[in-house]
Amino acid sequence: MSVSRILLGLLEPHSQHGYVLRQRYDEWFGASRPLKSAQVYATLGRLDKEGLVGLAGVASGVGPDRRVYAITEAGVGELERWLDEPEVPEVTGSRKVLFAKVLIALSSGRPAAPMLDRQRQAHLARMREMRARRQAGDLISQLDADFEMYHLDADLRWIDGAVARLDRLAALVHRADQRADTDTHPDEETR
Amino acid sequence: MILHGSHLSLRFGQTDALDDAEITVDSAEIVAVMGPSGSGKSTLLHVLAGILRPDRGEVTFDNQRIDNLPDGRRSRLRLRSFGFVLQFGDLVPELSLRQNVELPLRLLDVPRSEARTRAAELLRLLEVDDLADRRPGQVSGGQAQRAAVARALVHRPAVVFADEPTGALDSAAGEVVLDALTGLARKEGSAVVLVTHESRVAAYADRTVFLRDGQVTA
Repeated sequence: MSVSRILLGLLEPHSQHGYVLRQRYDEWFGASRPLKSAQVYATLGRLDKEGLVGLAGVASGVGPDRRVYAITEAGVGELERWLDEPEVPEVTGSRKVLFAKVLIALSSGRPAAPMLDRQRQAHLARMREMRARRQAGDLISQLDADFEMYHLDADLRWIDGAVARLDRLAALVHRADQRADTDTHPDEETR
Repeated sequence: MILHGSHLSLRFGQTDALDDAEITVDSAEIVAVMGPSGSGKSTLLHVLAGILRPDRGEVTFDNQRIDNLPDGRRSRLRLRSFGFVLQFGDLVPELSLRQNVELPLRLLDVPRSEARTRAAELLRLLEVDDLADRRPGQVSGGQAQRAAVARALVHRPAVVFADEPTGALDSAAGEVVLDALTGLARKEGSAVVLVTHESRVAAYADRTVFLRDGQVTA
């Protein structure tokens, strides 16, 4: 999640104190990982150095909570660039790990089906959590939960597809291992 | 534990539809049964509900073995203690939604006025009371399926068996039906065995068991 660009977006309508920005962020995006105060001020400091935000005032008292930040013209430009640019469609690292685990399990002669069954249960448990959140929450929470549920659903379909083709995949992996073995130890082949 | 299937096996021709399958359902628990096509999900549901007899294994309901009961006693047990929601609702097309929902109570000899009151209560809870006098063919698939949910729960069964209850609906109508089924079952304290191949449907359950080649794998 691009915290710096989100903070820019939250700053655009009004100049804000850091702690108000943090509250706004957590309200919309902090369900799974709330923002720490230090992260807010470090990010605002960086944006300030880059000329994307500026100090609009300092309330009486001490500490970073007293500073009021405003977006600059350059900040608005950067915000527009970020909003206009499509995100690269990509699979997150944790999901790629599952693919790797299947191949490594098969390559090492271990059964992959029980591993995928356990993963399915973990995904379903998470989906139940999302369902509960969806039922209890407002429209923003529902859309947030939907986003994760559809991705979990895609993973579960992949798991089902992988389980259905494990025998063929195991044969393929085994053949690849044999080829690699022959390349590494060519003499043993002719013995 | 309200329902237990133990070492269930059933063969159709050369195919093992169930192969030593094991499942337990607690009172008021919602259990999803998932698996690919042909994995034995619907067969398991039919065996647990006393519609099919297993070749081997036992089914106990409320601590009483039911798979070896004579047909008549199993039919009465299903009428009294079980409810069913199938993929296409299977409401009686000649009866109104109200009459369909009253039907299980009438078959159990519940007085007509009492049956009418109870049916009206459930139709209202599931927000199809304004369609009560229409026939299934005169309402949408989702509305008919909500009436089917009301019919399945009207006699306060101990277990509701739902076989792909949203399989014929789009996702929005399906969610309304699932909210109705699981919400009402929890309110009434009925257990639900929910057969589905969709993980989003299974997410309504408290727990999921997975079938592959007639065996429970997880």
